[in-house]
Formats: sequence, C-alpha cells, structure tokens
Amino acid sequence: MFSEGRLAELTLAEALNDALHVELERDERTLVMGEDVGRAGGVFRVTAGLRDRFGPDRCVDTPLAEAGIMGTAVGLCMAGWRPVCEMQYDAFSYPGLDQLITHVGRYRWRTGGRMEFPITVRMPYGGGVKAPELHEDSPETYYVHTPGVKVAIPSTPADAKGLLAAAIRDPDPVVVLEPKLHYRTMRGEVPEGEHVVPLGRARVAREGDDVTLVAYGSMVPLCEQAADALAGEASVEVLDIRSLRPLDEDALLASAAKTGRVVIVQEAPRTLGFAAELAAILAEKAILDLRGPVLRVTGYDVPFPFWKLEDYYLPSLERVVDAARRLLAF
Amino acid sequence: MAQVLPAERDLRRVIGDGDGVPDGEVEGLDEQALVDLYRSLVLLRTYDERSVVYHRQGRIGTYAIFWNHEAMQAGAVHALSDDDWIFPSYRESAIGLLRGMPAATVLSWWRGHPAGWWNPADYNVGSICVPIATHVPHAAGLAWGKKLDGEPSVAIAFFGDGATSEGAFHEGANFAGVMSAPLILLCNNNQWAISTPLSAQTAAETLADKAVGYGMPGVRVDGADVLAVYEAVREAAERARAGGGPTFVEAVTYRCAPHATADDPRAYIDLERVEEERARECVGRYDGYLRRLGVLDDALTEEIRGEAAEMLRRGIAEAESLPEPDPAVVFEWAYAEPPPALAHDLAELRRVLGGSLG
Repeated sequence: MFSEGRLAELTLAEALNDALHVELERDERTLVMGEDVGRAGGVFRVTAGLRDRFGPDRCVDTPLAEAGIMGTAVGLCMAGWRPVCEMQYDAFSYPGLDQLITHVGRYRWRTGGRMEFPITVRMPYGGGVKAPELHEDSPETYYVHTPGVKVAIPSTPADAKGLLAAAIRDPDPVVVLEPKLHYRTMRGEVPEGEHVVPLGRARVAREGDDVTLVAYGSMVPLCEQAADALAGEASVEVLDIRSLRPLDEDALLASAAKTGRVVIVQEAPRTLGFAAELAAILAEKAILDLRGPVLRVTGYDVPFPFWKLEDYYLPSLERVVDAARRLLAF
Repeated sequence: MAQVLPAERDLRRVIGDGDGVPDGEVEGLDEQALVDLYRSLVLLRTYDERSVVYHRQGRIGTYAIFWNHEAMQAGAVHALSDDDWIFPSYRESAIGLLRGMPAATVLSWWRGHPAGWWNPADYNVGSICVPIATHVPHAAGLAWGKKLDGEPSVAIAFFGDGATSEGAFHEGANFAGVMSAPLILLCNNNQWAISTPLSAQTAAETLADKAVGYGMPGVRVDGADVLAVYEAVREAAERARAGGGPTFVEAVTYRCAPHATADDPRAYIDLERVEEERARECVGRYDGYLRRLGVLDDALTEEIRGEAAEMLRRGIAEAESLPEPDPAVVFEWAYAEPPPALAHDLAELRRVLGGSLG
C-alpha cells in the first residue's frame, strides 16, 4: 500500500470517485465508459466530474448495451486502451455475462498469454436499499466462477478507493462489486492521492479469539455489529475477504486456526455461493483446527424479494448472532 | 451526419461470365495486384481442400469448411492495408495466411494445440471467434479506439447471415454507428446457418437493409465475385478513414459445402442449387476473368497452385512435428499474474502425473 500520508473523510461513493480521478490523471490510456456515466456522472454519482475534467472521450456515455460495453472494451484493449466499464446495477450486468465468460476472461489465454486485457468492470451490488426488482442482487458467484477474471468487493471507503485503483492498474480483467447500501451511508478516512490496496489480501476488520465471522462487502459492517452484540459473551474476529480472486487463503486458514470456529456470511443465495467455496477450503485444509462445523448465513435460494420482504431475506444481525452462538455452544 | 440512404438491393458484380455478361474492371488494380489476388484465392482454396483431407486422415479435428467463401475473404483483405484489423469468425480461420501467418499456426488451432494461439498484434488479426457474432463488438471497440488515437486503421468483422440474429451483432453495429467507428461489417450471407435457412433467420428483405437502422450505408455484392468484394470493401475503408463511419457489406453466396466436417447437409440443402453454385465457384470465375484479360495462363496457374500446395505440405509437417504441450500451459496463460491456487494445482498435477496407478 502506498499513499501520500494525508487523509480525507469521504463516503464510499466519494472514495470511488476519487480513485477514478486519480487513476485517469495518472494514466492517459485509462477511460471510463458506461450508461449515464458522463453527463449525469453515474446514477450514484460515482463518475461525477470525470467528463468535465477529462472530456467526453475519456468518460464516455455509451449506448444502453451491457454486452456491447464489455465487448467494445475488449476491442479498446486491443487498441491499447485501459477501459473502466460501469454496469449500472448488479442485475443489469447479466447481458454482459456473455462477453465476460466467452471473451473477457478468455482472450488473454487464447493469445497464449501474449496480449493483455486490463478491463475493469465496476458495479453497485447488493440489497437493503428498497429498490425495484433486479436492483438488489449479489452476483459475485458468476464472476468468481469465470476463469481469467479477478473479483474484489470492498467494505470501507479506503478499501473502495484502493481496490478500485488496484483493479484499474491490474493487467488482468477485474470485476469490482461496490456495496451500494453503503455508498453514502458509510464515511471513513481515505488516503489522498495515489492509494492502492493490493488484490489477494484479506483484512482483519476486528481481532478476536473465540469465533471468526468471515464476510465481504456490505456484510462486513453487519458482522462488526454482531461482534459488538456478542461482546461479553465471546471474543469475535471479523475477517474481510475483500479479494475473492485472488483469494487470501492464508488469512482464512490463520483465522480458522486461531478461533477454531467459522461463520461465513454472504447475502447472495446459498447454493454454490462464495461461502460454499470458503467452507470447502476450510474442509480441505483446516479440518483439525475446527472445533465445530463451518456455518453459513446467507440469502436464500429464491429471487431477491420485493423490498417489503427484503429484511427477511438478507442476513440480519439476529441470524448472524444466532449462528455464532450455536457454533460457540457446539 | 451524412444522409443515410436505404441499402442498395442490387448485387454489385465486376466479373462477367465470358459470354453475354461483359467483364468489368476495378480501377487501380494493375496486373501484379490482380495476380496477387489470385494467389491469395488459390492459397485459401488449397488450405480449405487440404484441411478436409487432413480431417479425414485424422490429422486435424472438426473443421469449418469455407469452400467458395475465398473470394469474400481475399477480396476484403486485399482492399485493406496491413495496419487494418481483421476479426474472423471460424469460417475465416485461415485468413491470417494472407497476413503472413504460418499455415502451421492455423493447422495447430484445428489440431487443438496451443501453437495455434497467436498474438493478434503480430498480424492485426483477432483470435478466431467461435461463438456467433460476439466478436462484432470487439471490432467496433478496436475501431473506436484507433479513432480516439487519430490513427487511420480500420477494422473489419466477418460474420454469417445467422449472426445478424444475435444481440451481439446488434450491439456491436449500433456502437460502431454511434461512435462513427471506422468499421466494416462484412456479412457472409451464404443463406444457411448450419441447417437453418435465411428465411427462418429474418423477415427483412435483405440483410443490408439492417444497415439503415444503424445509420450506416449498406451494400450488397456477389460474394463469389472477388473483384466486387474488393471494390466494395475498398470504398467502405476509404469512407471509414475519411471519418465517414461504418459500412455494412452483405456478400451474397450459397453455401455449397457442409457447415463443417461433422455436418451432412443432404438432409436440408437444395442440392440442385449447390450444383449451380459449384459451377460458378469463385476461384474458377476469377481464373476465367484473368485468362480473358490475358494475365493468367496454365503455367502461372500451375506455379501458384504448386506454391500453395507446398506451403500446406510444410505447414502440416511442421504442425505435426510440434512437441506435445507441457501441462504448465494449462495454468500459465489465463492470467498475467496467476492466483496462487493455480501454482498449487500445477504442482499437484505434476505429482500425480509423475506417480503410478499400479
């Protein structure tokens, strides 16, 4: 991690906007493209100011075409550009999955590793925001399951800036999922100027000895609340995975070895979600360290419900605390 | 923005029939250029015919035949400069040969050997696109990127009639129109998408009609007339370089070979129509044109065919002499910086490969 030392108090959305300004300033081959990213500055204002600062050729309002955005980004890479694509919402990225799976993740491989495709795809993700259907999905599994693609999900303003910067500088395609629930509700200290958080390193959000809550993105603050709620009962560690690929297995295994108890929290549907992968790694590599089963607290295997019901679907403080208590009592 | 007129419906032709239809002429093509074009046609034809044989001999895998599509490939490439980018579908798998790519590279691709992977920047030829139409946005993006840099390069994307039904075609064409990208959309309308006829693919009267919806000119050419393709692509490239944006070129022909070596078209295709098309196939027509012009004779034909056959002989020998790829290749090329788990996987694979089942 390198930065200039000074800190600013920013929201998560402002931190992302800061990263984009810094990275576009730093590398003139970088451009931002997506629906409504230019004139409007993005529906969440994450790209605000870029068009004025860098011009319409480096902050491009594209046609409404997610596969076209990811597909033309592949061609832009071949012309030597470094595109940062915005998908307007998590579930609106699905038309782009075709390009992501068939080309973005494969093109380098089919050139025998001789051509780079430094595409960044960023999108707001996750629920709890009382929005219409298909505005609250957690699609990380689709992306992590795509070979050739890396995936990062920040949970703090500082990590949002640093991971987005790392993604933009990375020679490989990186998908960055941004917890939209916390775009404006979370503030934090963010290093000014260049700030990079390397991919592949988890963050211990809170140290503890009795049980580890493993999460990423918008579930990290929830797990911290759970740690507070359990204070006096148990010493809770919270591990923020933040880079799903490459994954910091060492940090996961170290925490499991330390506490012997692991609860994994994700808001995506349960089956084959990223929690399942983490649980499998613990089963393969940490079995003798564990004092109880690896538990999961997840969304359910149903479409994300209408928002009057979303609190029943999303992992809640009660469900996380309940899982931790069950594990502690095992 | 220039006014976009409805697409031309008539097929452009240059080559006559040596009888009632007179030969035309393409301005600016001298004798050497005409013969070079012939050389490319023969090279592609030889590659295709030899590949079918190699497949039957078990020396390459399933192969997508492009017999009688050589004119649209060679005509287009000769109308472009080496700085222009080509985005082939699997139907144009050997188009890199026209940019100096070794035959062994393309043959290796069809042999499933990683020596068949190339760096697109070495030839300005994108990877062979297997899924339908998904490379159209790549070509649009490349063209847009070159335009942003003020470079004069144009891109051309080859795709079939069936590809125009795909969303990726629409998104790529629309992007190119909006960005006024220097792109040529070359639609190989051979009227069949495996077994599905054009009538089941679109209700449009012609595929070139789609161009107007993207704000670009659409033209139709006889896809087996190499000079008509050449002229249409040259015109499109000139317009693109001058800032006039993309063009849709519909090259019309009739598929007179199986879709691929695994396909038997007798169940669905019009065999009489196939015979008609074979009788007017593109290499023979151009051969006749050049002979009527007096620039080609038996001796030159033999020399050119001999060169092509020799290139293929050497190509398949070279491809077959390549060593088996190392297992590390499975893991190495997907990422510039592979995730650590892959190194572990490779070590495990080597350990198991080095062991014994006994």
